[in-house]
Amino acid sequence: MVKDSLLQKEYELGFTYTRSTGPVVGKFLTGLKNRQIFGNRASDGRVIVPPMEYDPETFRPLNDFVQVSDAGVIESWCWVSKPRSSHPSAVPFAWAMIKLDGADISMIHHIVTNEQNRVVTGARVKALWIDQPVGFISDIRCFVLEED
Amino acid sequence: MDNKNKEVIDAIEAPIYLKYKFTAGLAPARFLSQLKQGVLTGQRCPKCDNVYVPPRGSCPACGVATEEEVVLGDKATVQSFTIVSIPIPGNPIQPPYIVANLVPDGANISFIHLMSECVNEEVRIGQRVTAIWKPREEWDFAMDNIRYFKPLDEPDVPAELIGHLSVNGTEN
Ligand SMILES: [Zn+2]
Repeated sequence: MVKDSLLQKEYELGFTYTRSTGPVVGKFLTGLKNRQIFGNRASDGRVIVPPMEYDPETFRPLNDFVQVSDAGVIESWCWVSKPRSSHPSAVPFAWAMIKLDGADISMIHHIVTNEQNRVVTGARVKALWIDQPVGFISDIRCFVLEED
Repeated sequence: MDNKNKEVIDAIEAPIYLKYKFTAGLAPARFLSQLKQGVLTGQRCPKCDNVYVPPRGSCPACGVATEEEVVLGDKATVQSFTIVSIPIPGNPIQPPYIVANLVPDGANISFIHLMSECVNEEVRIGQRVTAIWKPREEWDFAMDNIRYFKPLDEPDVPAELIGHLSVNGTEN
C-alpha cells in the first residue's frame, strides 16, 4: 500500500440548546436580572440558594421564595492559579462556596482578587454585578473581598 | 432568544460546542488522497477477499489488516434507498431527494450517497447507477467530489448478486 501523509482536520460540533428554566430557576434568574438573589425556604426552615425545585425531605414543590443578600462569607475555597479557557476568569481566581447573608446553604461562585492571602474561610465577600444583567448566573461578574 | 426585554426569565441559551481534531488514519487517508485525484478505491481482505469501501484498514470479519488497494470504477448498484421528504436543519439539499446505499462494482459493501437525475418513484433495489463527479478543479479530500449518482441504462442486478460483481461489472 502506498503511504500518504496522515490527514487531519479540525472541526466543531455544536448543540445550540435553549433550555426552559421552569418557574423556580426562572425566579432565581429573573432576580439576577434585577441584581437580586433569591432562595427558597425548605420544610425544615433552611433557606436554600439557589432555590431548589423540590424539598429534600418531603419532596414537595418549594415556592416560598426569600430574597437574600448579595454579600456573605467564604465557607470553603480552591485557588486556581492557571485558569483555563472555559473558566469564568482569565486571571487567577478562587472557586468558592459562599454563604450569603440570609441563606443557610452556600452557593458556588468565584472570587477575583490580587490578594490571594486574604482568601480564607470566614472572609467576607460581596457580589460584583455586570453593568447590564441579562438573567444569567454570570450577571454576577465575580465576588470580591469586602474591605476590612 | 433574547432575555434583555423579558420581565420574567423562562429560558436560557445553553449551547454546547465540542472541538475535534480528526485524524483520518492510514487507510482512510489513502482513500481520501485517491478521491482528490478522482479515483474511488477500496481495500481487499487477504483472508476472505472482501473489498471494503471506504477502507478502514482492517477486515471486521477476519480481524486482519487490509493492505491491497483495489481501484474501483464509477459504476455501482443500488442496494437500498430512502426518499427523504423532511428537511434536515443545516442541510442545504431541498427534499424530496434520494439517499441510497450503493455498492460500487468490485466492492462487497455499500456506502451512502445521493442519487439524482432520476425519477424518485422509479428508483429500485438492483438499479445500475454511475458517479457524477464535480469539475476537477473542485476536487478535495472529500466524498462529495462525487456530486451524486445517476441511473444507467443497464439491466438491473438480481438481489443475490448485489455486492458480488467484479470491478468490470460482471458476475464474479
Ligand atoms: Zn476478511
